[in-house]
Amino acid sequence: MQTSITQAMALIYRGDLILAFRRWEQIAQPVVFLAMVTTLVPLALSPELGELREIAGGVLWIAALLAALLGLEFLYRTDHADGTLEQMLLSGQPLALIALAKTAAHWTASGLPLVLVSPLLAVGLGVPANALVVLMTSLALGTGILSSLGAVGAALTLGLRRGSVLLSLLVLPLAMPALIFGARAVDMAIHGEVARGPLLLLGAMFVLSLTLSPLAVAASLKISQE
Amino acid sequence: MLRGVSLEVTAGQVVHIAGSNGVGKTTLLRVLAGLLTAEQGGVSWQGRPVTASFEAYAATLAYLGHSDALKADFTARENLCHEVGLRRDVTAAEIDDALARVGLAGCRDLPARVLSAGQHRRLAMARVMLSAASLWILDEPFTNLDHVGVVLLSGVIAEHLDAGGAVIIAAHQPPAIPRHTVRCVELA
Repeated sequence: MQTSITQAMALIYRGDLILAFRRWEQIAQPVVFLAMVTTLVPLALSPELGELREIAGGVLWIAALLAALLGLEFLYRTDHADGTLEQMLLSGQPLALIALAKTAAHWTASGLPLVLVSPLLAVGLGVPANALVVLMTSLALGTGILSSLGAVGAALTLGLRRGSVLLSLLVLPLAMPALIFGARAVDMAIHGEVARGPLLLLGAMFVLSLTLSPLAVAASLKISQE
Repeated sequence: MLRGVSLEVTAGQVVHIAGSNGVGKTTLLRVLAGLLTAEQGGVSWQGRPVTASFEAYAATLAYLGHSDALKADFTARENLCHEVGLRRDVTAAEIDDALARVGLAGCRDLPARVLSAGQHRRLAMARVMLSAASLWILDEPFTNLDHVGVVLLSGVIAEHLDAGGAVIIAAHQPPAIPRHTVRCVELA
C-alpha cells in the first residue's frame, strides 16, 4: 500500500531529527554562537545592567538571527550531494509537503534550541523576568520565519558553487521585517509595555512564510535537478 | 545534447542503453525518470504524458542513479526503512529479507559510511527491489559490484521481468540477464 502523505511527512521529520542528533555539532553550533555573542557584549560595551537592558532586545535578536542562519546551508546540501534528494523527488509524494516536513525538522533542530536557551542569556543581559515570555515567543516566530525563508534560499542555491554566500544575501534582507518587529516587541516588553502589536505582525509574517515557502521550495528543488 | 531519440519499453522487456562516455546515457535516463525536462518531445507512461501526473508516474518508478542515495549516518536497515517507507508500507521482515538477499544480513545495523562501495551498490539494489515499482531505471547498476554481485543483480532483474516489470539499463558492458533477451539501443 502506498504511504499516506502524513506518514511520509512524519518519516521525513523523524529521519531528519535522528540525522541531526547523530551530527550534534550542527545543533550545538548555533547555540554556542548565540551564547558567545551575548556574553561578549557586556565585555565589549559595559557591564552596567541598566545600559545592557536598553540594547538587550536588539542584541539577542541579531545574534539569534545570525545563529539560525548558520545551520541553513545543511538543509538540502547533504541530500543533494548523496542523491537522496532525487529519491525524494521520485517518491511519488507531493514535494511541497515533504519540504514543509523538512523545514519543521530543521526548525526543531536549529531554531528551537535557540528559543530554549534565550531566557538564560537574556537574564544575563538584565532582561526582567516578565519580558521573557515575549522574548521566547518572538524568537520562536522569528526563527520559524527564518527557517521557512531559508529553506527557499537553500533550495535555490543548491548545486551552486559558493552558494552559502549567496544564501545569506538572499535570506537576510527578507528577514529584516521580522528583525525590526521582533526586536521592537522585546524592547517594549522590557520597558513594561504591552507588545501585542509587533507580536501579531510577527505571527502574520510567520503564517505567510510558512504557507508560501513550501511551494517555492518544491519548485526550486525541481529546478536544482536540471 | 540528445537529438532524435525514440524508445519504447513494454512489460517484461529489458532495454540496454549503450554508448561511449559523455554521449548522454545518464541524461537520457534522467529525462525518462522525469528529473530532467526534454527541450522537445516528451515521455509517456501507459499512454499518458508523465508530466500530467508526475507523482503517480514516480510511484511506479524505481531509479538507481550514479549515487547510491544513502545517508552515511543511517544504518543499512534505516536507509531502507526511510526510503522505501516514503513510497509504501514496508515491514521490518521485508527489509531483513531484502538485506539477506543482497548479502548484507550481517551489516544491517552498521552505518552506511563504514560499508564499501560495492556494499553501497547492493544496498541501493535492495531499495530498488523493495520499491514495488514496475519500471526500473538503472544507471550503471553493475559498477563496483563483484562477480557474485553481478550474477545476483542479473537474477533479480530477471525475476522482475518475469513478474511483468520493465527495466532500462545504461551500462558499458551488455548485461546478461538469465532467460531474457536484452534489446540494445546504441546512442551515438
